[in-house]
Parts: sequence; C-alpha cells; structure tokens
Amino acid sequence: MLALLKKTCTELPQDVVSALDAAWSSEEDAIARETLSIIRESAGLSRAQSLPICQDTGALLAVIEGRPGVAFYAIEEALVQAAESLTDHGILRQNCVDPLTEKNTGTNRGAFVPQIHCRPGTGPTTIKLMLKGGGSENMSAQYSLPCKELGAGRDFDGVRRCVLDAVNKAQGKGCAPGILGLCIGGDRASGYYLAKEQLFRKLPDVNTEPALAKLEEDIRVQANRLGIGPMGLSGKTTVLGVKVIAAGRHPASYFVSISYSCWATRRYAVELDASGRIAAWL
Amino acid sequence: MAVKRICSPLDEQTVRGLKSGDRVLVSGVIVTGRDQVHTYLASGAEPPIDLTGMVLYHCGPVAVKDAQGWKITAAGPTTSMREEPYQAKVIERLRIGAVMGKGGMGPATLEAMQAHGCVYLHVTGGAAQYLARCITAVKEVHLLERFGQPEAMWVLEVQDLPALVTMDSHGESLHATVEDEATRNFKLLLDEKA
Repeated sequence: MLALLKKTCTELPQDVVSALDAAWSSEEDAIARETLSIIRESAGLSRAQSLPICQDTGALLAVIEGRPGVAFYAIEEALVQAAESLTDHGILRQNCVDPLTEKNTGTNRGAFVPQIHCRPGTGPTTIKLMLKGGGSENMSAQYSLPCKELGAGRDFDGVRRCVLDAVNKAQGKGCAPGILGLCIGGDRASGYYLAKEQLFRKLPDVNTEPALAKLEEDIRVQANRLGIGPMGLSGKTTVLGVKVIAAGRHPASYFVSISYSCWATRRYAVELDASGRIAAWL
Repeated sequence: MAVKRICSPLDEQTVRGLKSGDRVLVSGVIVTGRDQVHTYLASGAEPPIDLTGMVLYHCGPVAVKDAQGWKITAAGPTTSMREEPYQAKVIERLRIGAVMGKGGMGPATLEAMQAHGCVYLHVTGGAAQYLARCITAVKEVHLLERFGQPEAMWVLEVQDLPALVTMDSHGESLHATVEDEATRNFKLLLDEKA
C-alpha cells in the first residue's frame, strides 16, 4: 500500500505524460512551450528521485471495491497508516487542518480524512487512489440549470456553456492544462462525487455512450480555443481531456458538476489477488 | 529574450526596472507565506523578520527534518489569488519587493505594486522539483508551531530560481491581458453551437 501511495504522489501517470508531450509539440506560443517544458522536466525529476510531483500532495481519495467478505477495514487501515508514514518521511505534505482549532493535524488524518469509499462488487478486489490538489479543487464548480446569465438551458448546449464558464473563471488558477471530470444530473452531493470519479479514467479512454463521447470532444476542443494556455499565460493547451458521466436526476433538478484537476493529475488503480498483493495495474 | 539576474532582498530601482514579460533568475534570501501568514500580516502583526524588499513566496513546501536540519523535498507555488484581499496591505505596510506565486493576482495588488514598487514573479504550478532544486539552504523557520508546516514562514536561500515577471510596477499584468482575451473568446464560443 505504501508503494502504491508513494507512486501516486511521485510518478505522473503515463497517459498524462504523453498528453503533455503532445501538447508541447503542438504549442507555438513561446511562454506556453517554456511552461510545458518546465512541467515535463519537473515531472521527470520527481519520478527519477521518487519525490513529490507537486508540493501540494493533495487530499487522498480511495475507492475500494470487492466482494462481500473482502477485508475492507484492513485495507482502509493499511492505507491510513501508509499515508501517515509517508507524511513522516516528507513525501506527503501535512494537508489536514481542523477547522475548530485551525491547527494542522500533522498526520494527514482528521475527521472524514482521508476519504475512503468501500463498495461491494462482484469482481476481483480493486483499489483506486487519487491525490488531488487544493488549488484545482477550488476551481471545481457546480451549476444548476437553467442559468439565465449564461443562456444555459437544460440540455447539452447548456452543459457546454457552464463548463466553458468554469474553465474561463479558473484561468491559470487550477494549474492548467487541466483535466475535467463532469457529471450531468445527480444531486448536489453525488454530482460532485461522480464528477471527481471520472478523473480516474485515462485520457485516451473514449466514452462508451456516443452522445457523451461527442460532448467530451466538443468541450475539449472549445475549451482549448479560449486561449488561456498552460498556467494561464496564454496558449492553445488549456485542457488535456474531458470525461463525462450522466446520472439520473430529479425532475426538478439539472445539475452540472465540474471537478477540475490540475495537469499533475495523480491517480492509479490496481487489482489485488487473494493474498492482497498487486495482481495487475489497471 | 535576455534573462535578468536579481537578488532578494531587492532594491526599489531593480524592482522598477522590471517589466511584465521579463525572465529573471532569483538568488538570495526569500521567505514563504501563504494563507495564514497573509491574514496574520494584514491584521497588523509584526513579521518575525524584516521583509523590506524581500521576495514573498506563496508556497507551502514539503519539509522534513533530519540530523542535518530541515530539508525541503518539494516547493512549488500555491494559487496567489487567495491572498488578493490581503496582499495590497502587506505590500503597503511591509514594503516587500516581489510576490512570487502562480496564477497571478487582481487589481488591488496591481495598484499597490504601482504605488509602492513591487512585482509579481510567476513560477510554474506543480513544478515542485524543478523549483526545489534552486533552494540551497533552509535558513530559518518562523511561526511553525502556530501555523503548521505548510503555512509557516520558511526563510530560504535560493540560487538562480527561474521566474517570469507577469505583473510589474507600471500597471502591466499579463494575467489581465490573457483573461480579457479569454473572456472575449468565451463570449464568441457561447454564440457558437457545439
């Protein structure tokens, strides 16, 4: 568990590396190219030295799935201990503050922290880990349609308008080029959660639902026409990918939830064998 | 474009000589300060060290202490905009020479930069190792107990830390320029069908 969490913190996933390489090749703007060069070099250094990609080592989200009878509690405990140990070793930053005392707990442990979700399933046991930075989390947004100001109705064009608005408002503050996880529908709580979970999908992954696949591509292309660029210093690479899920909605509600992730999107998923060892990287 | 070498603390003449778009290499002594430090300083509290001319870095580093002392294992910038309600007061009262961070800042900060001679140095968000390489020593740490490790004031010695001037003391802001252009594009895109 320690190795998995450390890898998540220090090794940028290969699909993100490839997307940044491609972005660097296609950028013409001098500042954008230089910014992407720095990003690529820094990610290379962190991988080589097994040190944090970003000093904001994020908030830990874990999703554990397995058949009933899987030792969920033991996995959870191992994960929390791994987080504490990596915090002691200067790999994870002390990222949990108690709002009552305003004191940093110093351990990355606190009320409802880390966020660990256990889910019964029918397949083999899987663990998905994400470390999401605070700067990009702050740029996440939720819209309730219709929205007069944006001319956004309760349809995919309305969704597109909201998402472009969120990306424009974020400018470089969420560490563009970002990856967007979106949820159409759901409620205020499930919408944000499902949007965030979309960030587990790898960048080349194409939505199995053709209408959503088209929406993902349309939004990606249009967001990159805003001209915000890497770190908001201009350029044509503003988002690396868009991933959408649709959830059933109450007839009265039409939420669009956007989980903004920075270029340093850190997530891995593994499948465990019966003895609890990593059997496959997903 | 030529790269200017600057040394923190900065004198006003150096600061006034910097223009938005200039590439710089920062050496000397810099100090970190983020959310808690800004609330603290803007409330009128005295800083633990003299900040005159200093580069104030919006950064919450990852630090670890071993037998040799403190080591910084990652040190990229945090989003500066959160300090917008406080930054102008800090610039005015403590006469810092530069603010270093990511994402840029707003009109109140830009105005204070013009009035008192200060610039914004942009460094790449998430590039924690690229920037940590330039830290040669941890000189001191202040307010560690009170604010915790990421929020403490770390006094760091740096060598040739590469940054881009994106807001200067003459009222220019690259962030404002990009945002205006992006907002124009956004409005055009709204009228377009997907």
